[in-house]
Amino acid sequence: MSLLSTLARLQAVRSGVAQPLATVRHRHLSERPFVLVPLAAAGETGAPLAVLLGQDRQHPRLLTVPQPLDRDLRFAFLARVGDELLPYLESFGGDVELLERSVKDPESGEKTVEVRELCADAPQLVVPNPGGVELLGLFGRSTRFRRTAEDPDPGPYPAPARVPLLGRWLTHVSDRANVPGSSMLLPLTTTLARHWATGQSSLEDAHLGALLAWISPPEGGRGEEAALRAENGRDERGQLLVPPAGPATDPDFDSLLLAPAITRYDAARAAQDERLTQARAEEIDALLGAVLLPVWHQVWQGLDLLRTLPPGAHVADRWESDRWSYTGHRDRVAAGEPPQPLHDDAVTAARRLAQREREQVRVDLEEALDDPLAMAEHRLAGQAFAGEVVEVQPAYDTSGRSPKPRPLVTVRTEDRPHLDPGGEAHRAGGPASQKAQLVELDAEAGLLTLRLLNGMGRKKEPEPGTVPEPGEQVCFTLFELAPRQSAPLPDPEDTPWTHGGPPK
Amino acid sequence: MNHSTHPRVDQPLTPLEARLTALRGGAAARSMDARALAALAANPGCDRRAVLDAAGVDKAALAARLGSPAAFGQSPFAITRGLVFERRLRAERCTELAALLRRELLPEEAAQLPVAVPDLLAAEGPAVRAARTRTALVEAVSDAAAGRAWTLLDRPLLRLEVAGSAVSLEPDAIVIGPDERWTVVEIKSFPILDGGADPAKVGAAARQAAVYVLALRATAMALDPAATTTAGNAAGAGATPHAATASSASGADEAGRSEQGPSAPASDVVSARPAGLPVSPYAEPAGLAAAVRTTGLLVCPRDFSNAAVAAPLDLRKQLAVTRRQLARMTRIETLLAVLPEGARLDEAPGAVDSLAHAYAPDCLAACELAFHCRSQARAAGAVEVLGRGVRGELGSLTTVEAALAATAAGGALARAARLREEALAR
Repeated sequence: MSLLSTLARLQAVRSGVAQPLATVRHRHLSERPFVLVPLAAAGETGAPLAVLLGQDRQHPRLLTVPQPLDRDLRFAFLARVGDELLPYLESFGGDVELLERSVKDPESGEKTVEVRELCADAPQLVVPNPGGVELLGLFGRSTRFRRTAEDPDPGPYPAPARVPLLGRWLTHVSDRANVPGSSMLLPLTTTLARHWATGQSSLEDAHLGALLAWISPPEGGRGEEAALRAENGRDERGQLLVPPAGPATDPDFDSLLLAPAITRYDAARAAQDERLTQARAEEIDALLGAVLLPVWHQVWQGLDLLRTLPPGAHVADRWESDRWSYTGHRDRVAAGEPPQPLHDDAVTAARRLAQREREQVRVDLEEALDDPLAMAEHRLAGQAFAGEVVEVQPAYDTSGRSPKPRPLVTVRTEDRPHLDPGGEAHRAGGPASQKAQLVELDAEAGLLTLRLLNGMGRKKEPEPGTVPEPGEQVCFTLFELAPRQSAPLPDPEDTPWTHGGPPK
Repeated sequence: MNHSTHPRVDQPLTPLEARLTALRGGAAARSMDARALAALAANPGCDRRAVLDAAGVDKAALAARLGSPAAFGQSPFAITRGLVFERRLRAERCTELAALLRRELLPEEAAQLPVAVPDLLAAEGPAVRAARTRTALVEAVSDAAAGRAWTLLDRPLLRLEVAGSAVSLEPDAIVIGPDERWTVVEIKSFPILDGGADPAKVGAAARQAAVYVLALRATAMALDPAATTTAGNAAGAGATPHAATASSASGADEAGRSEQGPSAPASDVVSARPAGLPVSPYAEPAGLAAAVRTTGLLVCPRDFSNAAVAAPLDLRKQLAVTRRQLARMTRIETLLAVLPEGARLDEAPGAVDSLAHAYAPDCLAACELAFHCRSQARAAGAVEVLGRGVRGELGSLTTVEAALAATAAGGALARAARLREEALAR
């Protein structure tokens, strides 16, 4: 945690309500997100217990597994999840933009125009917390390799038809959730915690109910009291007033309510009484629905809170990466490629790692550019400075054939950047990317004189608007404002055999 | 501690034991297990937890009496699942477990050796079980030395002295292989999925296993014929229930030996060193204790199935940490001094507040009293409630009030506060 967010937490402790950590929203929010609140069966890896899902806030769909140990029931459940989710996921595949780019033929060197499809929008799934992301990933892992009755060799336990396809999609979105800045599968607690600082630790922020209690405490109440009630308040039956947001259920709920209900269901099933079995299953539905519905409303409340913030300027760019990712997966499914492997090969792993590193750098940069609070972190760390332009002196570089503009800009700032004369700075929020060099430093008066080095056009006089005017607020960073391009990985046929390439 | 529930008939309670028994109001003691010990080692500065665990107080009940009931437990489904998995492994004298361990631990040429699974009298009291475990260990070592068999000890009982009181520990299993090395086996019900497992759960398992390795080393030290002269007659196998040597004493022994060379008479070494001298937590034990491997074996279900799979677990780091933390724990007598004589927590639970706590948010996942300590820490305005790291970040500003006061002009946080205000004003 940075000092500024610690400060925000301290202020939240004093005021009893969460304090903003961002002035804009740093994640994309879809017009029509698909919300899932999944529950896992305790003790069984990746075994579903129930899910409340849908796009309609007023009418969520409840799906349950009345006996989580029964694998047939599990797959029937996942098939029904697929019936709900797959039409949504596939609905974005049809509406495409056509993008052209010129490609150079490696042999002839001729340039040809390649037309690529990019889906105009992509699906967005919202789950309460990172545990939900992980659970969806486990569902994906346990289903994407299953064989179905339609396969040439269905095996002894064929899964329902579309379950492996659901598994591939779930694997894709949960993988995508690991990419910094991606919004395709949003865990709500981490997204909310990025935008608000509560008066509790980040460990406690993982509890959705407590987090919301801090962000919007009840009228006249204080965050910590509301959070305590959310964490630990119990009714006369010993059940939590605010049920946990999953994927694990409360142990007391399991032992006092769910376990007896499952026992009754098993008994009815053993007696082969279909009507009673149905009634018992409905009892379990009612129990699970009662603990899921409050979380459902919390998730939508959280989305409402996020919508109160205006989106950051670069959010749409990052969403475009999600759209590319969606389009790519759509194409792989359509091309009949096999499901994602258990382990990446060396080349894929290297690409994936490089992509995540690049995206992390990009998110950090873009958030700093979009949000003065994020930039303030860098200013406090001495990696950026902001202030008012007090003087602009035209100056020229006459070393070449024609003189080039190299104006001197003096900025008054209270910041103390770690910059010595000769050091480079980059202008943030300017008309174009612009580099500057520190010429003179007066630390006492807080005056920095910088020579602008580029971004002013090709003429002798700078293009209008490219040089800041006296009185203008400017911000410079000591780090570059675009992620560095890493050296490309070799083509598959040039990859050494040690890294998965062909034998030589 | 288990032993206080079974007071020896021939000996009256020691004053310390009497005091701890009074503290829990005469109720049966909760046994201190490796999980509790590992949690204690993770927060060694917490006097409150040290005393309550040493006294075997039921912390969940205490928390309920204090009005801040604990928020965690284990689902009955998870417990059942764990039991089913363990029971299957242990069925018919550990057939399945032995087969798995044979594959994992035994070199090919020894694969045909028979396995001995001695009966460790699981139904008896802790003193008997601890003595039986020691005898079984001696037999296992001689079997292994003679190349007769390798041995699987199913739920042995070990004693370890922690902060001046003995703790009974029950590892899932110990293997004494034909190479005479001892391996601690830890059975867990979380899965190893595609060769990986949840790091938090593996870490917790490793901390527990490290406690077992320490207890096993102490037991080995007591059994070692070369070391018995140094550790005193009390260390003779099965002589008293407190046979386990204190870890600090054994540590001093090791370090002394490595300095003076193996030829120096061992008895002189111990007496030559003043007690309580710091010992490197990385010091390797010598003698029989060196037979205990620092790599444990984790046995878990594989993927989504019930089949068991084993994975080696490097414990060296956890060993060093746990050993250091346990050694620096203040003796219980010293901690008890702040409590009034004859204090009973069942009648006056508030007495617990005179014991200092060291609350950090991690406690919420490891201690039943966490909600109580958190409310106290919040009332005191301690910055630790925001996270352990925050304390380090704010340095000498230990309270929320002090930190917020430092945001005023000229304070240490003034610059940060102004930047934040400026950014929010835009």
